[in-house]
Amino acid sequence: MSRRLAKALLGALAVVIALLWIFPVYWMVNSAFLPTIILQSFIPTFFPVSGTLSNFTGTLADGTFFSALGMSVAVTLTVVLFCLLFAFLAAVAISRFRFRGRKSFVIAVLVVQMLPAEGLFIAQYKMVASVHLLDTVIGVSVIYIAAVVPFTIWMLRGFVAGVPADLEEAAMVDGLSRFGAFMRITFPLLAPGLVASGVYAFLQAWNEFTVALVLLPSGSSQTLPLWLRGFVQASATKETDWGQVMAASTLVAVPVIVFFLIVQGRLTSGLVSGAVKG
Amino acid sequence: MSATSTLRPPRRGIRTPHVLLIPAIVILLLGMGYPVIWQIVTSLQQYGLAQQFGKPAPFVGFDNYVTLATNPQLWAVVARSLLFCIVTAALTLAIGTLLSLLMAAVGKVPRLILQVSLLLAWSMPVVAAMTVWIWLFDRRRGAINYLLDMIPGVNMNRFDWLSTPITFFAVASIIVIWMSVPFVAFSIYAGLTQVSDEVLEAAQLDGANGWGRFWGIILPMIRPVIAIVLLLQLIWDLRVFTQITMLKDAGSKSGEYDLLGTYIYKLGTSSEDFGMASAVSILVLAITIALSWFYIRSLLKDDEA
Repeated sequence: MSRRLAKALLGALAVVIALLWIFPVYWMVNSAFLPTIILQSFIPTFFPVSGTLSNFTGTLADGTFFSALGMSVAVTLTVVLFCLLFAFLAAVAISRFRFRGRKSFVIAVLVVQMLPAEGLFIAQYKMVASVHLLDTVIGVSVIYIAAVVPFTIWMLRGFVAGVPADLEEAAMVDGLSRFGAFMRITFPLLAPGLVASGVYAFLQAWNEFTVALVLLPSGSSQTLPLWLRGFVQASATKETDWGQVMAASTLVAVPVIVFFLIVQGRLTSGLVSGAVKG
Repeated sequence: MSATSTLRPPRRGIRTPHVLLIPAIVILLLGMGYPVIWQIVTSLQQYGLAQQFGKPAPFVGFDNYVTLATNPQLWAVVARSLLFCIVTAALTLAIGTLLSLLMAAVGKVPRLILQVSLLLAWSMPVVAAMTVWIWLFDRRRGAINYLLDMIPGVNMNRFDWLSTPITFFAVASIIVIWMSVPFVAFSIYAGLTQVSDEVLEAAQLDGANGWGRFWGIILPMIRPVIAIVLLLQLIWDLRVFTQITMLKDAGSKSGEYDLLGTYIYKLGTSSEDFGMASAVSILVLAITIALSWFYIRSLLKDDEA
C-alpha cells in the first residue's frame, strides 16, 4: 500500500471520528430547532429542515431563565474581578521576589488547587449557613474565588515572570517610579495573561454545579447550571419536552463555547507546562 | 532574561511580597482552610440531627471512622468509585493517545477538522453535555437506541440504559470519556510536536517500522506528558458528582448508583449525619492529595526552572 493511500485513509478516519465526536453538540442544536411533534416521533430527525424557534420562546416564556442569567452574571463578574486582583498581586509576589515562605505558599496553592468540591461541600455549607449567606451572591462567590484563585495565580505567575525585570529597571533609570514603571511597562505586557486568566475564572464560575447546588438551595437564587437541571426535572414530571430542554442547553452552552475557544491553548499549556516543555 | 534580575531581595523595612499575598491567603483560608479544619474536627464528633438544632457535639474520637471502616455499603461505594475512576481514566488516556497520533499522522485539513470537533466537545458545559447525552440515551426516542436497533440482529428498542448499575456506569463512563479525551489528545499532541523529525527519520533509515518507532522513540519522549495527563484524569474522574447526579435524576435514585460524591451529599442532606459525611470527605481529600503529590512535584520542578 502506497504511503499516499495510507495517509488518505487515515485522513478519512480522522474526519469520521471528528463527526462522531461532534455529534452530541450537533444533536443539541438540531433538537433545539425541531418542533415537539417531530421530536415525539419514534424515528429521529437528523436535519432541522422544518426548523422552528418555538422551543426557544417556550423556554424563555416563564422568565426563570433571565433571573438565573442575572444570578450567574452577578456571581461570575464578582469571581472574575476578585480572582484577577488577588491572583495578580500574589503572582507578582511569587515571581518578582524571593522571600521566606515563598515555597510553602507555592506548595499550598498547588495542593489547594487539587482539592475537590466533593470533599468540602459539607463544611462549606455549614460555614456559609452559619453566617446566613446561603442563597446569596457573596456566599457562593467566596467559595468560588478560593477554588479558582490557585490556578489563576499559577497561570499569571508565568506571564509575570515572562516580562523581563530589566525592562522595568530601564524605565526606572529613565525617571519613572517603581510603581510607575510597573504600571506603564509591565502591566500592558500582561494584558494577554489577564485576559486568559479572566476567561478561565469566568468558565469555572459559569459552569460550576456542585457548590452551587449546596449553597443556593432555594429555587429563587439559582445559577444557570442549577436552572438547567431544574428545567429538565420539571419537564420530566410530564413527558420530557426535549426540544425545550435542548433549547435551554444551547442557551447555556453558547457563551461558554465562545469564550472557551479564546483560552483553550493557554489552558492546555498551563496544566501540563512542565511536562510538555520537558 | 537572566535569572538573577528577577530575584530581588526584599528591600529593608518593606515587606512587599508578604503584603501582596495577603488577599489570596485570606480568601484561601476562608474558602478552603476553614472548611478543611471544620471537617477534620467534625469527623471526630458525633454530629447528627440533634446537633443541627444546637446541641453541643460530643467528641467521639475515631468512632466515625471505625463505623465507616466496618460499613460494607461504604466499601462498595469506594470500590465502585475507584473502579469507575481507573477504567474511565485508562480508556480516556488510550483513546486520547490514539487520537493525538492520528492528528500527527494526517494532513492539515483532516487534522483541523478533528481539532475543531474535539474543541467544541471540550467546551461544552458539563450540565448541558449531560442533558444532551441523557436525551441521546433516552429509552424510547433516543438516537442511540434507534441507531443500534438498525443493526441486524440487535434489538435495542426501548432498552433502558439507566436501569442497571453496569449499563448506568457504562453510560457515565462514555460521557466522561467524551468530555475528557480532547484535553488528553491536545496535551499529548503538543508533546508529539516536540519529537524531532530527524530522530524519527534516522530511526526509519535504521529499519524501525511504525510500531517500533512508537515504542522505541515516541513513547519514551512523551512519557512525562502521559504521566501527568493520566494523573489529572484519575483525580478528575474521582469528582464526577455533577454527571452522576444528573444521570440519577434521569434514572434510579437507589444507593447502588452512588459514587463517593453523591454518597457524601446523601449523608449530609438526607440523613443529616455531618460527622460521618465529614469522615468520608476526609477520605476523599486524602485519596486526592495522595494522587496529586506527583503532579504537584512536577509543577514545582517547573517553578524552579
